[in-house]
Amino acid sequence: MSGNGQDPVIDVRGLRKNFGERNVVDGLTLQVAKGEICGFLGANGSGKTTTIRMLCGLLTPDGGSGTCFGRDIIREAALIRRQVGYMTQKFSFYEDLTVFENLDLVASIYEMPHGRAAVYAIMERMGLTDRAGQLAGQLSGGWKQRLALTACVLHQPRLLLLDEPTAGVDAKARREFWDLIHDMADEGLTVLVSTHYMDEAERCKRIVYLEGGRIVVQGTPDEVVSNAGLITFAASGTGIDEAARRMRRAPGVESSTVFGHLLHIAGQDRVLLEATIRGDAGQDLSWREVEPRLEDVFIHLLSEKSTSR
Amino acid sequence: MKRFSFRRFWALLRKEWLQVKRDPMTLRLIIAMPVMQLLLFGYAINTNPKDLPAGLLMAQPSKYERTIVAALRNTGYYKIKTLSSEAEAETGIAQGSLLFVINIPPDFDRLVDRGESPSILIDADGTDPVTIGSATSALSGLTNALNRDLPPIRQAPAANPAFNFIIHARYNPEQITALNVVPGLICTVLMMSTMILTTLAITRERERGTMENLLGMPVRPIEVMLAKISPYIAIGYLQVLIILGVSTFLFQLPVQGSLLLLLLVLGLYIASNLALGITYSTIAANQMQAQQMAQFTMLPFMILSGFMFPFQGMPFWARCIGEAVPTTHAMRIVRGILLKGNGLAEIFPDIWPIALFICVTVFVAVRFYRETLD
Repeated sequence: MSGNGQDPVIDVRGLRKNFGERNVVDGLTLQVAKGEICGFLGANGSGKTTTIRMLCGLLTPDGGSGTCFGRDIIREAALIRRQVGYMTQKFSFYEDLTVFENLDLVASIYEMPHGRAAVYAIMERMGLTDRAGQLAGQLSGGWKQRLALTACVLHQPRLLLLDEPTAGVDAKARREFWDLIHDMADEGLTVLVSTHYMDEAERCKRIVYLEGGRIVVQGTPDEVVSNAGLITFAASGTGIDEAARRMRRAPGVESSTVFGHLLHIAGQDRVLLEATIRGDAGQDLSWREVEPRLEDVFIHLLSEKSTSR
Repeated sequence: MKRFSFRRFWALLRKEWLQVKRDPMTLRLIIAMPVMQLLLFGYAINTNPKDLPAGLLMAQPSKYERTIVAALRNTGYYKIKTLSSEAEAETGIAQGSLLFVINIPPDFDRLVDRGESPSILIDADGTDPVTIGSATSALSGLTNALNRDLPPIRQAPAANPAFNFIIHARYNPEQITALNVVPGLICTVLMMSTMILTTLAITRERERGTMENLLGMPVRPIEVMLAKISPYIAIGYLQVLIILGVSTFLFQLPVQGSLLLLLLVLGLYIASNLALGITYSTIAANQMQAQQMAQFTMLPFMILSGFMFPFQGMPFWARCIGEAVPTTHAMRIVRGILLKGNGLAEIFPDIWPIALFICVTVFVAVRFYRETLD
């Protein structure tokens, strides 16, 4: 089965997990193909971390079934663990060990044949050689995250599970991080990454949007934007903050957000939206229709959630 | 900022209270600890122990045997059994299963009848002077009390007693309490300093978030356990050397037995404390709980081991608990090797309980170790 390159790396059906009364993951079905970068999106508490933890065997699902590389995620969790690199949301390496010591420990835990050599090689590739002797606790956020990624890929996993890997990291470090991810995906590594950043979501081959422990939208970033059927107008000028508040209550407007000096309003009903804009004439604003962006779609999804409950 | 804000204080107090309330384990420990300790120590401590195991060794059958044994028994301090040989007496006293050996010399009957006041030699285990203290002082009144039970011809001249007791405190002839206290101290100090080392081992990982990463990697529970215990055995040995050094130079502690044997056995004892510590660490939900569990056991272990108060003085149930405590056995071993010059054969009965304790605690630790975050 594993010999067939067409089989999905991750193939889970109806995955469920309850914490007490709460269904954190509620019937999640997901396939991820080999070499794919799959972005996990959704509000805080939508079940991203719990799903990732179930995939690498850190949590036992309460229901559902599935496989990673054809191995059962419940019965063969230990085998899956060896082929997965899991980067936790919180930095979870030993702050009182140096960069090299941390990596050496990981290499030893995975019983890598030429562990030391592999550590030196990967430090070189990831640009960590100069910091080999530095205590992990003294690294800056960006370097900590790079160390964590290095430790995750050290044992040459077939699947990377990254849980908000770039939270709190500056833009340059984030870009470099994603360049590395793309390089590795090109080499055949499958990546599942959760994020809150739209620019990162746009760099995914496929995005999955979770809500209440279920997948509500998925597809390539372009598909997600076009399937949302959103019409977006942008306005610039003085008083856009005040206009944003006014627009939120206007008919046909599902979301109204300020991006820098631009106000975006979005909705699914073009006629209502255009009427609203005409009605708002007299204000010092110039409106034009724009291509909806992924961010508009997600804000739309998030606000849809809050109005539907 | 300098001003004390009652509102801020109240908010903080409320938060702390909520945390305590939501941690029922800690709450239970806080309540149970003093109650348990009061109960245990209140009933278990007895500096005037009775029914101490004693052996009777007779060179030849004596018609006065029954009278003497009855008199000794009546003091309440002696639980006497008759021994068949000198060798049995020797092993008994070396292993600690006998605290006294009562030697009735040959010709005892004839010497008593002729009024020559023969002596009964009592060999006492002097390693713990407190334990045998009351029992030996009770002997002085016994020689006269025995007179009434003697045949009429020997009763009249009360000038010299029918016989004497000669007490020979073995191992610690000067009855120096320090010689007993120091070996005990070695064990208790070692217990307190080593147990705490591993107590926080697992909980710390869990609280720092490093556990999630460790669990995500292919590690076996037993690997984690042993890896956490091992380095501390070395630290334990360092402590042993310091304690032994201080004891020999400051307290002039004699080393009668093999130092190598002592060090080997102490390694086992250190491991038992570390194993208990790590067991607490896996059971406890946070560092606070783990620490309290350790503190909860230290004092009872110390007291039930016979360090502070005579082991023989405790009631049967307390002695049973004491027998399960590694410190009890370690203390017997250390006293045995240092003061009695015991070898492997004599200390073996105290070695296997420590080994068993390690096996049980590590088993519990591995059972409680969760390989998932559930």
